[in-house]
Amino acid sequence: MSSNIIMRTRDLSAGFGDHLVLNGLSLDVRRGEILGVVGGSGAGKSVLMRTILGLLPKRSGHIEIFGEDLDEIDDERHQTIERRLGIMFQQGALFSSLTVLQNIQFQMRENLHISQRLADEMAVSKLEMVGLQADDGAKQPSELSGGMTKRVALARALALDPEFLFLDEPTSGLDPISAGEFDDLIRTLQKTLGLSVFMITHDLESLYAITDRIAVLADGRVVLTGALEDMLKSDHPWVKSYFQGKRSGGIAARLERQKQRS
Amino acid sequence: MNKGALLSGRFNEGTLELVAGGSWTAVHAGELEELIDQWLARTGAENGESGPSPARQVRVDLGRVDEFDTYGAWLLERLRRSLRAREMEMHITGLPGHERELLQTMHNVNQPMPTEGAPGHSPVRMIRNAMQTVGRAMSGIGADLRSFNAMLGTLSAAFVRILLQPRRFRLTSAVHQLDRVGWRAVPIILLITFLIGAIIAQQGFFHFRKFGADIYVVDMVGILVLRELGVLLVAIMVAGRSGSAFTAELGSMKMREEIDALKTMGFDPVEVLILPRVLVLIVALPMLTFLGSMAALYGGGLVAWLYGGMDPDIYIERLKEAINLTHFKVGLIKAPFMGAVIGVLACMEGLKVRGSAASLGQQTTRSVVKSIFMVIVLDGLFAMFFAAIGM
Ligand SMILES: Nc1ncnc2c1ncn2[C@@H]1O[C@H](COP(=O)(O)OP(=O)(O)O)[C@@H](O)[C@H]1O
Ligand SMILES: [Mg+2]
Repeated sequence: MSSNIIMRTRDLSAGFGDHLVLNGLSLDVRRGEILGVVGGSGAGKSVLMRTILGLLPKRSGHIEIFGEDLDEIDDERHQTIERRLGIMFQQGALFSSLTVLQNIQFQMRENLHISQRLADEMAVSKLEMVGLQADDGAKQPSELSGGMTKRVALARALALDPEFLFLDEPTSGLDPISAGEFDDLIRTLQKTLGLSVFMITHDLESLYAITDRIAVLADGRVVLTGALEDMLKSDHPWVKSYFQGKRSGGIAARLERQKQRS
Repeated sequence: MNKGALLSGRFNEGTLELVAGGSWTAVHAGELEELIDQWLARTGAENGESGPSPARQVRVDLGRVDEFDTYGAWLLERLRRSLRAREMEMHITGLPGHERELLQTMHNVNQPMPTEGAPGHSPVRMIRNAMQTVGRAMSGIGADLRSFNAMLGTLSAAFVRILLQPRRFRLTSAVHQLDRVGWRAVPIILLITFLIGAIIAQQGFFHFRKFGADIYVVDMVGILVLRELGVLLVAIMVAGRSGSAFTAELGSMKMREEIDALKTMGFDPVEVLILPRVLVLIVALPMLTFLGSMAALYGGGLVAWLYGGMDPDIYIERLKEAINLTHFKVGLIKAPFMGAVIGVLACMEGLKVRGSAASLGQQTTRSVVKSIFMVIVLDGLFAMFFAAIGM
């Protein structure tokens, strides 16, 4: 496992009925990077994530995580791998019958043999690391605001100190200021915990602020990967309209200015 | 990996020197916690005991640690805090820069230790809790009655509005509901009432035969089915089948704020969602009761013929003598009222659903239990009423 590729997919296909959503998709995630995955609405970003995580069956192709082909390992190895992944779903997917603290401790109880005291302390630590307070732990998920739900979902994803974090549109539905704070949070956590991150997003600001590399999903495959500069140079029609269109907030110009300054 | 590799140590002139190694990560957190607690306990050993002399400071060498995460960092931070509480110093050596940041993060969290209120199990408290539960349940019944009345009032108001402006009635929705709770329920209702009719007849023959009173089985089946069993069975089936569906539907609409959306668009949820459902039940229940009663009589007749050896002609002849229109009316008069009770209760419980999935399940259960209970209570009240007026 000397390679610095933490996840590799090759020729991945998946779909529903005769609607092929992913069609021969190949993508690498490098160790320690934040990879941003963009694509139009319905391009199959969530389907890609769910396929990688084994929540949707793949039609063909290979998926390797931590250097192991998921098809070639037994259930036990699978579980060990799953324990090293942290996942945050688009809607948070908090268990509505458990409190915030119980949500965060859910995996700890299953997987670690630690005292209740340590579990409580760890859960509160995670809660504070994502910018919430200890007394938010007693709340029910239905009592949380949108931003808080996202933070708790992130705390839950971090419960077992994963090495590899999957985020599905972490900032969607947040106001720009909260989204910015959330971006900073992800960046800080990624640095302190040494995470690799697979982040689906719509948010150009997030892409600009925190991703190391970007992968563009269109027509069921990755049409382009690279840094933001590479995106701006591309001729692909969707990439062009996305990164240089009206709603891009002058990312191109900003990047240009930044380059001149340095 | 053996335990010693994670944490070992020795006392050296008032200093406890701990050497950490291996993976200080979530996977080993349980063992680490134990080891640290053991060492912590030994630093507190009293002077003069056979154990090693107490330390005044602790040195932790992390040079041999190859993996370190928030669990390891927190355990280290927790050790530091425990030592500080005993007025001892802790020095950490051999920590790479990146891990230092992690330790700093953990240093900032969990500042005031989480304090849980002790649950306490004293007998006084248990008695008090039990009393509270009973009290809440009693006042809950009162509140239920009040909200049931309130809902009836709102429904009547909505009904009057509809009568004044019939075009506001949601006819499509009502027809759709009628299809669901009426038409689609027919097969299962026919089957169950048929079986019950057959079972009653069989039991009747089995026991009445001893007295040579075979013929009265027909009286029993006819009167029992038409007055009581037909309508009760149907009402209980409908409460379980459609009442629960209503609660679940309205409940999940409540959860997803669909009902709030309706309100903001200027619709009255009672008029749009509840009234059609309740009206449909009021209409469907008598029809189903009629069908169910017929199926039960049919089942009884079949058993009389095959098991009791009674000719179908005789069965019908006897039935004509035993029952009259009054018995039939008694059953059918009750049906719409039971439909209304089931519908109102189901919708009310649906609107009480709060955010969580658990609450949805809870309200659905409640809706069914309460509906069945109320149906039986109502049946008892009707029995008293009909007896009083001699029907
Ligand atoms: N459970 C499903 N059943 C059928 N089609 C689905 C399902 N989930 C997603 N799809 C389809 O797959 C495509 C990709 O969806 P998705 O990955 O959710 O898009 P996005 O990139 O916006 O996350 C869409 O065309 C969607 O209609
Ligand atoms: Mg999506």
